[in-house]
Amino acid sequence: MRNLRLIARLDIKSPNLIKGVHLEGLRVIGSPSEHALRYYHQGADELIYMDCVASLYGRNHLANLVSETAKNIFIPITVGGGIRSIDDATQILRSGADKVAINTAAVANPKLITEIARQFGSQCMVLSIEAKQISQDHWEVYTDNGRERTGLNVVEWVKRGVALGAGEILLTSVDKEGTRKGFDIALIQAVTNEVSVPVIASGGMGKPEDILPAVNIGQADAIAMADILHYQRATIADIRELAQATGMGVRSYEIA
Amino acid sequence: MKSPRVAVIDYGVGNLLSVQRGLESCGADVIISNKPDEILKSDHVVLPGVGAFGNAMQALEMLDLPSLVDEVVKQGKPFLGICLGMQLLLDESEEFGIHQGLGLIAGKVQAIPTHAISGETLKIPHIGWNSLVEANNATWENTCLHNNKSGDAMYFVHSFMANPYHQEHRLADCLYGSHRIAAVIKKDNIMGCQFHPEKSGILGLKILQEFLR
Repeated sequence: MRNLRLIARLDIKSPNLIKGVHLEGLRVIGSPSEHALRYYHQGADELIYMDCVASLYGRNHLANLVSETAKNIFIPITVGGGIRSIDDATQILRSGADKVAINTAAVANPKLITEIARQFGSQCMVLSIEAKQISQDHWEVYTDNGRERTGLNVVEWVKRGVALGAGEILLTSVDKEGTRKGFDIALIQAVTNEVSVPVIASGGMGKPEDILPAVNIGQADAIAMADILHYQRATIADIRELAQATGMGVRSYEIA
Repeated sequence: MKSPRVAVIDYGVGNLLSVQRGLESCGADVIISNKPDEILKSDHVVLPGVGAFGNAMQALEMLDLPSLVDEVVKQGKPFLGICLGMQLLLDESEEFGIHQGLGLIAGKVQAIPTHAISGETLKIPHIGWNSLVEANNATWENTCLHNNKSGDAMYFVHSFMANPYHQEHRLADCLYGSHRIAAVIKKDNIMGCQFHPEKSGILGLKILQEFLR
């Protein structure tokens, strides 16, 4: 089995690291670079940078911040928010990102998924999905940071995205996001049942133990953590230790 | 102490910025170049690479770089291939047809097996953190792995694997579906890493530091 990846997720409203509840009510946490560096030293396996208002304002994205971060952080970095074209993706990747995460622009123009996968490889193309539950076993895809409905069914959209070339899924539960109530296990399971590409579970991690059902029942390949790290309720090392103690494969890492 | 001068060969592929930053954080003075005089003047040379083998060889040939690489290697300069840059060191690859490589280390690049030894389907590409293990009969002493331990995890992204013909050229492997996949290869002053040391955190940077010695 593959190692479970522990990913620190940083939502950015330039120039600040922010955190909301249900992707709304954003509060300022501090400097993205300082937090990113702290998580790197704690042993994060990857980082996700998400410009959470970029698509609302059609604003330019995070290239400068990524390039700043890539100076002293040597783990894979995924960047999302406001990427609309091959040119946008190229700029982000040249700034030191390893993968791009796309939500709104992929819904508007699904061909973009294929174009990015062809140009940079599918390992580079992360399909980001904001999911809201509308009934039992039925979730709808939202865009623009959880604000706009699309009418798309999450499971159907994931299957289509993978067929178009997405190499990884970043699955954010808008219902759970920022609530600290644990992941939406049924959602994760519904998605991992249907696709073989890695799925990153995001939204709702309140305590380290929340990873157990996400991985054991949900079959998530990776866990994205934000609130729990930003408010220092746990460190990545604590979570790694718990994962190891419960027999999950994780990268061995000793803090220098 | 004077900073070592490192040339990262630029042939139009890959995320060169991360390689540059990784080397700089280890104290190197880095230039990204495809100019023969600049590359020949540097103390160490790195061949990065992302993408398909055939396209990369074609790009190198367009810039007349294979003969330059031969010259650098003959000068005895430490030479490091990363990811596809390691695979290019071998004689040939089976990725999208047969393509000739640089032929610096005898061997062939082949697809990662689609199934584990136990029979279960393997996810391809092999992406993520995986542990290094010592290759059979290998010792890491006085190599670029001098400061690393068996079990150190590195970040891999690849669908093809390098198979050197001679076991003595394998320094470290990783296990994927119980298959041994070459992770670090070495012959004299030439070495290659299948993973990305510049994306493998502090343990990956240790390898770059040793390479710069």
